[in-house]
Amino acid sequence: MKYADEYRDGTLARAVAARIGAAADAASTYHFMEFCGGHTHAISRYGIEDLLPPNVRLIHGPGCPVCVLPIGRIDAAIRLAQDPRVTLCTYADLMRVPASGGTSLLRAKAAGADIRMVYSTLDAIRIAEAEPDREVVFFAIGFETTTPPTAHAVRLAAAKGLRNFTVFCNHVLTPSAIQNILESPDVRALGRVRIDGFIGPAHVSTVIGTEPYMFFAEEFAKPVVIAGFEPLDVMQAVLMLVRQVNDGRHEVENQYGRAVRQNGNEHAKDDVADVFELRKNFEWRGLGMVPYSGLRLKAAYAAFDAERRFGIDYVPAADNPACECGAILRGVKQPADCKLFGTVCTPETPIGSCMVSAEGACAAHWTYGRFRDKARSDVAAG
Amino acid sequence: MMRFAQVDFGGVGKQINLAYVPHARIGDYVLVHVGFALTVIDETEAELIFADLQEIAELTAAADAPA
Repeated sequence: MKYADEYRDGTLARAVAARIGAAADAASTYHFMEFCGGHTHAISRYGIEDLLPPNVRLIHGPGCPVCVLPIGRIDAAIRLAQDPRVTLCTYADLMRVPASGGTSLLRAKAAGADIRMVYSTLDAIRIAEAEPDREVVFFAIGFETTTPPTAHAVRLAAAKGLRNFTVFCNHVLTPSAIQNILESPDVRALGRVRIDGFIGPAHVSTVIGTEPYMFFAEEFAKPVVIAGFEPLDVMQAVLMLVRQVNDGRHEVENQYGRAVRQNGNEHAKDDVADVFELRKNFEWRGLGMVPYSGLRLKAAYAAFDAERRFGIDYVPAADNPACECGAILRGVKQPADCKLFGTVCTPETPIGSCMVSAEGACAAHWTYGRFRDKARSDVAAG
Repeated sequence: MMRFAQVDFGGVGKQINLAYVPHARIGDYVLVHVGFALTVIDETEAELIFADLQEIAELTAAADAPA
């Protein structure tokens, strides 16, 4: 595919790796967090960590939308779907996320709940139009990339006068999460996570632009390089970050200029601003309560808010105590540090959310990285 | 609000909503997420970045070449 394949060239990647090796100061180490799950996946899939010099390390961040949704929210969606009037529409990757009591949306569907996988919010609108006797609820999750399509559906439902379409809104914001990580005890007080810079999200930035990152580049003195999702994009971003650290700069640079503009997508931002407003607090798996990090429908669109129509109560629920998803999402632990990883927790039978989505750190490591660990330990053992 | 286009994903065709890229024209490359085009790929920027990568490759090859 054009604008994808040429950014996967192995020869070029090795050349960029050699430049990174030459640019990186052998006497220091560099730790960069890739915030976005799309980058986590690309880094594992293309073996980027193996190409980097040992003193340049990547830390997985909490940018996998399925992974950061707390169990209580899935529980609420399941309770909603068990209402016989309701048809719950959801993106496919939520179906297998473990909820409380060993259940999941998939199991609730098998038990008779009307839960349907959709590709787009517009599919949910079509279902609501075709089945006027059903209460169609769209289970909306995701970062700034998936929020405009939800806003579009709400505005469309309002324009069409649809009375049987609502949204269970769980949309979250990237900048709030990055700020939360930078202010967390793991980074500040305990020093368990060292972050020298960020690989900024690709698709999220097509919507929000480069401007929202300027605050923490400045305030926390951390460079940010927005990068595309192809392996050469990530490699080039790492080279740009190494150069910024060497120069003592902390700027927002845009490696993904072919898709990201400074102001993002104004049409998409306008729709989001029309439909949604900030919640005071929203719970994230791994990060806990993060102030002003989630969205809800504005009062003007209350008729399309599933939380108001069905009186959804949020009841927090604990993760499996042995599951390390929370620490992995904060960058404190790696997937292989979890004793459940690859034993009882695999993509076929996930215990934690990081093993469910292809963008999750555990699923990516299971699919592409676990043999590399073994090869390394075999080499070490001689 | 409901402008759609047939988008070709390396051989797989799909109807994609163009609400957020009203300036998109036939033949443009678009970045698509959950059924919506979010941005039109800027071919000039794509070539700039790629030229930079190739320059890196040439520099590396020159550095590796025996003197």
